Amino acid sequence: MERVPILKLGDILIVSIQIDLDDQSVLALQEDLADMVVSSGARGVIIDITAVEIVDSFIGRMLSTIAAMTRMLDAETVVVGMRPAVAITLVELGLSLGGVRTALNLEKGVAMLEHVRGAAG
Amino acid sequence: MSVPAEAARRRIVDLFLSSEERLLRRWTQLSGASPDELRDLYQALRTAISGEEGDLADVRGLLAELSRARVRQGYTPSDTARLVFSLKEALYEVVEDDGGPEALRGFVWFSRLIDDLGLYTFETYSAAREKIMLDQAEQLLELSTPVVKLWEGIVAVPLVGTLDSARTQVVMEKLLQTLVETGSEHAVIDITGVPAVDTQVAQHLLKTVVAARLMGAECVISGIRPQIAHTIVTLGIEFGDIVTKASLADALSYALKRSGVEITGAARTRVAVRAERG
Amino acid sequence: MSGPQELPIVTNGDVVLVRQQVRSLAAEIGLSLVEQTKIVTAASELARNALVHAGGGRVLIQVLEGGRRPGLRLVFSDEGPGIPDVDQALTEGWSTAGGLGLGLSGSRRLVDEFDLVSAPGEGTRVTVTKWAR
Repeated sequence: MERVPILKLGDILIVSIQIDLDDQSVLALQEDLADMVVSSGARGVIIDITAVEIVDSFIGRMLSTIAAMTRMLDAETVVVGMRPAVAITLVELGLSLGGVRTALNLEKGVAMLEHVRGAAG
Repeated sequence: MSVPAEAARRRIVDLFLSSEERLLRRWTQLSGASPDELRDLYQALRTAISGEEGDLADVRGLLAELSRARVRQGYTPSDTARLVFSLKEALYEVVEDDGGPEALRGFVWFSRLIDDLGLYTFETYSAAREKIMLDQAEQLLELSTPVVKLWEGIVAVPLVGTLDSARTQVVMEKLLQTLVETGSEHAVIDITGVPAVDTQVAQHLLKTVVAARLMGAECVISGIRPQIAHTIVTLGIEFGDIVTKASLADALSYALKRSGVEITGAARTRVAVRAERG
Repeated sequence: MSGPQELPIVTNGDVVLVRQQVRSLAAEIGLSLVEQTKIVTAASELARNALVHAGGGRVLIQVLEGGRRPGLRLVFSDEGPGIPDVDQALTEGWSTAGGLGLGLSGSRRLVDEFDLVSAPGEGTRVTVTKWAR
């Protein structure tokens, strides 16, 4: 099983998924991320899926779970870089990723986190 | 009269060898094709019928290539099929001169072979023509669906004409791709020029808006005609929380506001624009 | 072009291999990027179904040629417990494995043809086909 690395930049955690995720790696990432949010005191998480070619219901559910989980730990999650083909397929599949914030790219994701935290004080 | 099939076949192969120049010349005359392309074909055919188990793969390959070329050059299907069938006539003249029963029976066998090859040519011709038409239709789709930039971070697709499912899909994919490439967070789908939509098209529009949202962008649909609004409501399609505006101008103004640009009508001819972005 | 090939679905890693193989064949026969993504996603759902519900299975991947347009056909089969009520299994939101219940109904929407044969105790076979536009 491959583990997805989690990078820390200031108080933001950045996860850039570069591998073809199997279900085991997906579950491991969820756990690693929760631990890391708590241990680092991060206020934001960015999951970059620019390189991800498909998001099926399992990976989709992971994104929703991470978003809900980090929110509980007082951090916001933004998913960035979803490819058009992936988005079209998710819609057809019937997955709406409720509760997940999205941005077009990493830069806009960082800006979104700053904006959200600015509003929250 | 009974002639063994094998002897008949061999006779034709012999004639193919001995009368090559005559056959080729006559075939060229009858078909109006160039001697060069016929020579390759002739030789492939001769090799194929000489073999114990006639392998026509090479002949078919050449014929497929030939019919594709003919489609591009604008030949009719009959012209193309005649190219193959005329070899029969050329051979018949040689067979008649020969006059032997083997040659005659061989000719019947050869005729069947040529008929098969003629049909094959016809099929590859149609397939090639169909492919060209499909490609052209695709190119037309691309041409008829521009995605334009209205402002930094705002793109629009002005749709004109009847939308079918295929075209809507192409437009929508192109729109989403443009959002990524230009980093635009706002898109306007303007359907002022669309006379009517059916369920499928309305569904595609909806799905695009949802897909854009998943990617982190917002879509506004503008210019919905009364008939289309009526259709959508009658069909029971849920437009939900999708933002719709009466005109492209309204949609642009909405998108500008959403992206933090403030428009103030200070003077009648001047628009002052101030951007405040994170 | 390559003949039909069968891949086992026994581990999580196999699901990834199935996805990769389907992706490469889908690209080879000229499916558009969106169509590729749809069939690969459907393959991922169905392979996982076989793994989770039946403890494993296999997929037969077939390239269809000779028609107006080329296509890709995937046959997922397993010897698991089978599905007692096929209609119910194809209903949105129906789930046994604690999932979102999108596996079957969702993948059906991602393909052009969908066929499901199953009975209790006799395993499940799902056949999906995607044609190039």
